[in-house]
Amino acid sequence: MARNKEALILLIDVGPSMHSVLPEIQKVCSLLIQKKLVFNKYDEVGVVVFGTKDTDNDLMKEVGGYEHVTVLQPIKVVDGDLVDVTQQLPQGTLPGDFMDAIVVGMDMLIKKYQDTIKGKKRICLITNAMYPIKDPYEGTKEDQVYTIAEQMAAHGMKIDCIIYRGDQNRVPHNTTIEENDMLLSIFSKKTKAKAVHVESSTSLLGALRTRNLAPVTTFRGDLELSPTCKIKVWVYKKTSEEKFPTLKKYSDKAPSTDKFATHEIKLDYEYKSVQDPSKVVPPEQRIKGYRYGPQVIPISSAEFEAAKFKPEKGVKLLGFTNASNVMRHYYMKDVNIIIADPGNKKALLAVSALARAMKEMNKVGILRCVWRQGQANVVIGVLTPNVSDKDNIADSFYFNVLPFAEDVREFEFPSFSNLPKSLQPNKEQQEAADKLVMMMDLAPAGKEEALRPEFTPNPVLERFYHHLELKSKNPDAAVPPLDSTLKRITEPDHEVVSQNKLVIDEFCRNFEIKENPKLKKSARRLLRDQKSGSFEGQVGKIEDKLMDIVGSTSAVKVETIGELTAVQDFEAMISRRDSPEWVSKAIFGMKNKVLDLVENSYEGDNYPKALECLVALRKGCVIEQEPKQFNNFLRHIYRFCEEKDLKSFCELLASKDIMFITKTEAEDSDIAEKDARSLFVKAET
Amino acid sequence: MDVDPDDVFRDEEDDPENDLYQERQSSKELVVFLVDASPKMFSITCPGEDEENTSHFHVAVSSVAQSIKVQIINRPYDEIAICFFNTKEKKNLQDLNGVYVFNVPEREQLGNLTARFIKEFDRVEESFSKVIGSEFGIVPGSRDNSLYNALWVAQALLRKGSAKTADKRILLLTNEDDPFGNIKGVTKLDMARTTLQRAKDAQDLGISIELLPLSSPNEEFNVSTFYADLIGLEGDELAQFMPLAGERFEDLNKQLRKRMFKKRRVRRIIFTVAGGLSIELNTYALIRPTVPGTITWLDSVTNLPLKAERSFICADTGSIIQEPPKRFQTYKNEDIKFAIEELSEIKKVSTGSLRLLGFKPLSCLKDYHNLKPSTFVFPSDEEVIGSTCIFIALHRSMIRLKRFAVAFFGSSSRPQLVGLVAQEEVTDGGGQIEPPGMHMIYLPYSDDIRPIEELHSDTSGMMPLANDEQIEKATALVKRVDLRDFSVCQFSNPALQSHYAVVQALALDEDEMPEIHDETLPDEEGMSRPGIAKAMEEFKICVYGESYDEEEEKAKGAKKRKTEEAAVSKAAYYDWSKLADDGKLKDLTVQELKSYLTANKLTVAGKKEVLITRILTHLGK
Repeated sequence: MARNKEALILLIDVGPSMHSVLPEIQKVCSLLIQKKLVFNKYDEVGVVVFGTKDTDNDLMKEVGGYEHVTVLQPIKVVDGDLVDVTQQLPQGTLPGDFMDAIVVGMDMLIKKYQDTIKGKKRICLITNAMYPIKDPYEGTKEDQVYTIAEQMAAHGMKIDCIIYRGDQNRVPHNTTIEENDMLLSIFSKKTKAKAVHVESSTSLLGALRTRNLAPVTTFRGDLELSPTCKIKVWVYKKTSEEKFPTLKKYSDKAPSTDKFATHEIKLDYEYKSVQDPSKVVPPEQRIKGYRYGPQVIPISSAEFEAAKFKPEKGVKLLGFTNASNVMRHYYMKDVNIIIADPGNKKALLAVSALARAMKEMNKVGILRCVWRQGQANVVIGVLTPNVSDKDNIADSFYFNVLPFAEDVREFEFPSFSNLPKSLQPNKEQQEAADKLVMMMDLAPAGKEEALRPEFTPNPVLERFYHHLELKSKNPDAAVPPLDSTLKRITEPDHEVVSQNKLVIDEFCRNFEIKENPKLKKSARRLLRDQKSGSFEGQVGKIEDKLMDIVGSTSAVKVETIGELTAVQDFEAMISRRDSPEWVSKAIFGMKNKVLDLVENSYEGDNYPKALECLVALRKGCVIEQEPKQFNNFLRHIYRFCEEKDLKSFCELLASKDIMFITKTEAEDSDIAEKDARSLFVKAET
Repeated sequence: MDVDPDDVFRDEEDDPENDLYQERQSSKELVVFLVDASPKMFSITCPGEDEENTSHFHVAVSSVAQSIKVQIINRPYDEIAICFFNTKEKKNLQDLNGVYVFNVPEREQLGNLTARFIKEFDRVEESFSKVIGSEFGIVPGSRDNSLYNALWVAQALLRKGSAKTADKRILLLTNEDDPFGNIKGVTKLDMARTTLQRAKDAQDLGISIELLPLSSPNEEFNVSTFYADLIGLEGDELAQFMPLAGERFEDLNKQLRKRMFKKRRVRRIIFTVAGGLSIELNTYALIRPTVPGTITWLDSVTNLPLKAERSFICADTGSIIQEPPKRFQTYKNEDIKFAIEELSEIKKVSTGSLRLLGFKPLSCLKDYHNLKPSTFVFPSDEEVIGSTCIFIALHRSMIRLKRFAVAFFGSSSRPQLVGLVAQEEVTDGGGQIEPPGMHMIYLPYSDDIRPIEELHSDTSGMMPLANDEQIEKATALVKRVDLRDFSVCQFSNPALQSHYAVVQALALDEDEMPEIHDETLPDEEGMSRPGIAKAMEEFKICVYGESYDEEEEKAKGAKKRKTEEAAVSKAAYYDWSKLADDGKLKDLTVQELKSYLTANKLTVAGKKEVLITRILTHLGK
C-alpha cells in the first residue's frame, strides 16, 4: 500500500494580497486532503503558510532568518484534522517571501524522509508572486534559485507552482512580477516542476490536481510505420473521466452494539428457469445464448473461444491523410497520448520529426491498435501531432478512437437552405447573432481563457466532497448549495452578461419565440413525457395510468402544466370534473412549476412568469376553496427563497401584494384578514 | 460478475445509467423487397467481385440475402417479406399473375426473420428456374401488368400494423428502367398511369417506395424514363439520384444495411441562449459504439431461457433484505451515509438542460478535450416556434467566425461542460454525408486530464529535437503514405463481424466458420511499393543512422542475454524437482518462478497457478 505513498507540502501565501482568494484556496486544499483520505489514506501532508506576522519553523530556530513563514501542520498522515487545518488558514499581514517558504518546505521533506520515497515528494506552492524576494547573502537571486532547484532534483522532489494573478493585479511591465516569473521558471528547467498562471478564482479551484493517480501505460512497444520501420513508443491515457465515487449500499440490519459491523450488502444472483421459477440452475449449467431473429442460439464458451477474432498485439500505421478528412465530432472515447520510449533517443527524434512534419502539413495519421495480447477487438483511430513548445518536454502524439462503419447512423436532416424563408434568419437577425457570437467571448485576447477544461473543476465532485465533510461532522447536514465560484461553470458569468447586455438585448429583440398554437395539448403532453427527469414526465406517467383506470377516452384534455401556457393549463386542469383528482393534481403541478421557475431564474428573468402562475394558483385555490394549499405553499416558497438567496422574489411578491388567502375568501383558512400580509411584514422588521 | 459476462466488448467507461448512450428500442420496420426476376435480370451481366461476370439477378438476390442477414442481427423485430415479380409461377394471396412471394412454412408472409427463412433464401437461386421461373410479365397484347401486381401485393402485405408505430417500406430492385417499353400507344399510357396511381395510393397509406436500380457499364439505368415519377423525384433530386452504376454494385450490400437504421431522437432539450431566451432542440445519437446483442442465459440441459434474480444480503447478519435506500462512503474511519435523494440533489448542479455560457475560437478545442462520443443537436419548432431561426442564425455565425459555443449540460447522470461545434452540411452525389447542425462534444474537467507530457520531462534541460533534415524526410514520408480518400468509418469492425458470423454460422448450421476479412490491417503491399519503401528507408537512415536493424537486434539480444543469464543463475539456486515434489512451488514468488521459466526458455505469461503448472509440465511431473 505504501508503495505509492506521496509526501506533499502545501506552501500557501496568505499575505494581504491573497486574502480575496483564500476561501478558494481553502476549498481546493481541503478537497485535496479529502480525496487523499478516501483514495490514498497513507499519504502524508504538511501545511506551511507564509506572509504571517509570526514565524514558526525549524530553520528559523536552527539558523535564523526565514521570517514570516509558519508551519501550520508538520508532515503527518492525512486525517480529519488536516482537513480542518486547510479550512482555517490564517490571514497574514505581510507580503511573504515564497523562496523562503520553498526552502522551509524542502527542509521539512529532507529531514523527514532523507532519500526515501524518491520521486514521491512534492511541494505545492500557491502564491501570487507579486512581491520581490529577499536578496541572498551571496550571489544573485538567480544563482540561489539554481542551487535550490538542483537540491530539489537531487532529492527527487517535484514542485508545482500555482500563480494566481487576479484581474486587479494586472500591471503591465511590472518588473517584480517578471523577475519572479523568471525565477520560478528556473525550477521547471532543473527539476520536475510545473508552473501555471490563473486569473480567476474558478480556475484557481481547478488548477491544483486534487487526485494524484500513478500513470500506467496502456501499451509499450513498436509504432509500426511499416514492417521494416518501427518506433519504440509508450501509450498512456491523456484524459479519463474521474467518476462520482461508487458508494456502497448500506445495511442497517446489524445490531447497533456490533462495533465491527461492516454494514455492507452483498449481491447474490440466482438463475431460475423462466418456465419453472422454483428451479434454480447452478452457474456451471448455464450457457450463453445470442439472439438470432426470434431464436436464441446457445453458444458454449469453447465454441466461441475457437471462433473468436484474435488480433495480434501491435500498433500499426495505415497511412496519413489530411486533417480535414477526420472531423472533430468523430472522436469516440477518452484520449490516449503516444510518447517516444523515454529512454530511447532515436525514438524521441523519430516522433519529433514525424509530429513536426505532420503539423506543418496539417496531416493526421490513421492507426490500427491492439493494445494487449488477447484483446478481442481492434481500434482504429487518428493520430494527431502534439508539438511541444518547451525545451524540456518532448513532442508527442494524441490518439483518438474513430468509429467503425457499424457505429455510424446515417440519419438525414433537412438542409438549412431548403427550409422555408420564415425559418431562416433575416439580415438583421443574422447580424445580431454575429454580434452575440463575437461578443460573448470566453477567450478574449490578452486575458485568461475562461472555463478552460484544464482549469475547470468538476462542480459535482466538489459538492460531494464538501457534503461528505459536512456529514462527517453532522450526519444530518443538508446538501450544501453550489457556491458562487462553481456557479460560474454552470451558469453564464455575471460579468460577461452585464458587459454584453446591449448585445444580448438586441439579440432577444430580433428574435421572437412563441408556443406552437397548432399543437394539440395531447401531443404536447406526449412530447413532455419523453423528457425524463422532469416532474411533468412523472406526473404524466402517473396520470396515464389513472386515465386507463378511469377509462377516459378523451385525449385532448389538459393533463399537465406546460412550459409556455402554464396558467391556461392550470385553469383547464383545475376545472376538469371527470375525476376529483384533478384539483390536487393541478395544484401540485402548479406549485412545482412556480418553484421551478423561481429556482431556474437567471437574474430574475423568470419572475414575472412565476408571479403570474402564483396569482393563478391563488385564484384557483380560492375558487376550489383550498386555502391551506396556497397558504402553506406561500410560506414554503418564502422560506425557500430566503434559503436559496432569492430574496428579490420575496420583495417582488410583497410589492405585488400577493397575500395569504383569508377567512373571508375561503372558510377553511385560518388566516384572519388582518394577517393576510403578515409574512412580508415580518420580513421587513 | 456473471450479469454481463461478455467483457469482450464491454468497456469500463460505458455508463449503463446514461440513457443518452444507449440505443433505445425503436418502432419496428416492415419491409417488402420487390425483386425483379425478368429474363433481363438474368441476361445482363456486370463485372462481379472476382472479375467474373454475374447476372443482375444474382447481385440483387445476394444483396437482399446479405441485407436480411444483417437485419436479423441489427433489428430482429422488423418484419420482412420477399417478393419476386416477372415470374412464371405465381404465389400470392391475391392470386395475381407474375408475382411470387417467397416464404418458408410456418412463417407469415410478412413476418420476423428466422434462421430457416434466411437459409432457404440463400439457396433460392439454385432452384429458381425450376420452382419459380422467370418470365417478363408486361407484353403487348396482354393486359397483365406485373409491376402493378407486385406493388399491389406488397401493399397488401404491408396492410398489417399501424402506420404510427411501424415504418413501412417497399424496396424495389430492378434493372429495367422502362418497364412498359414493349407496349405502345394508349395501352402504354394507361398501364403507366395505373401503376403510378397504385404507387401513389401506397404512398398515401404511409408506405415509402425506394428504388435500387441496377445498371451495367454499357447501359445506364435512366431513372427519368419512368421511375422518377413513381418514387416522386423532382428537380435536383432527380439529377442527384442517379448513382454511378459501377460503384453502386459494390456499395449495394452496405447501403442496404445502413438504410435499416431509423432516425429517432434521443430526447428533446431546452437550450437557454441568453437573456431568458430558450429554444427547443432535439438530440440524436449519430455515433455510438455498436455492441453485439444482449446475452440470454440458457439452461445448457434444456436450452430454455433463464432469468436472473438478484437478492441483497446483509453482510453482517446474512439476512435477505430489500434494496436499501441508503449508500455509504467510509471516510475518516466512519461510515457516512447518504440517502439516494441527497445524491441526486448533489448531482443537480444546474437547472435546465443546456445553458449557453459563451463562445471561443475553435483553436481552443484541443484534440484531447474528449471523453465520449458526441451527440448531434438539431433545432425543432414543434413546441417553440422560432427555435430553428435562432439556431440557424447562431450556426451561421459560428461557422463564419470559426467559433464554438461553450455550454453547461445539466444531465442527471453527469452534468458537464460541452462544446457545441457547428457543422455545415456536406453532400456528395446527392447523398448527405454530414447533416447540418451542431455536435455536442463532452469536455473533460481539470481532474480528468492527466499531465503525461510532464511525466518524462527532461531535467537536464534539453529534449532531443528533430533537425530540419529529419523533418524534411518525415514530410516526404507523410506525403508518400497518403490515404487520399480516407473517410472515417470506412472500416467495419472485425470483432463484431466475426461475432455475428459465428452466431449466424451456428444458427444456420453452416459447416464452416466463415473467414472474416479484417479490413483494418495495413496495406502491406502498398507499403512496399518502391516509392514508399524508399521514403521510409530514407527517413529511417536519417533518424536512426545506418545501423537501425543491427542496433535493434543488438539491444534486444543484449537485454535478452542479460535477463537470461540472471535467470539461469537465479534458477540454479533452487532444487526445482524437489520443490515440485514437496508441493512447495507455490511458496515461491512469481519472480522466482519466472526465473525458472526464463532460464528454460518458456513463456512467462500468466497467473501464478499457470506458471506452476507450466513448470510442472516442463519437469515432466
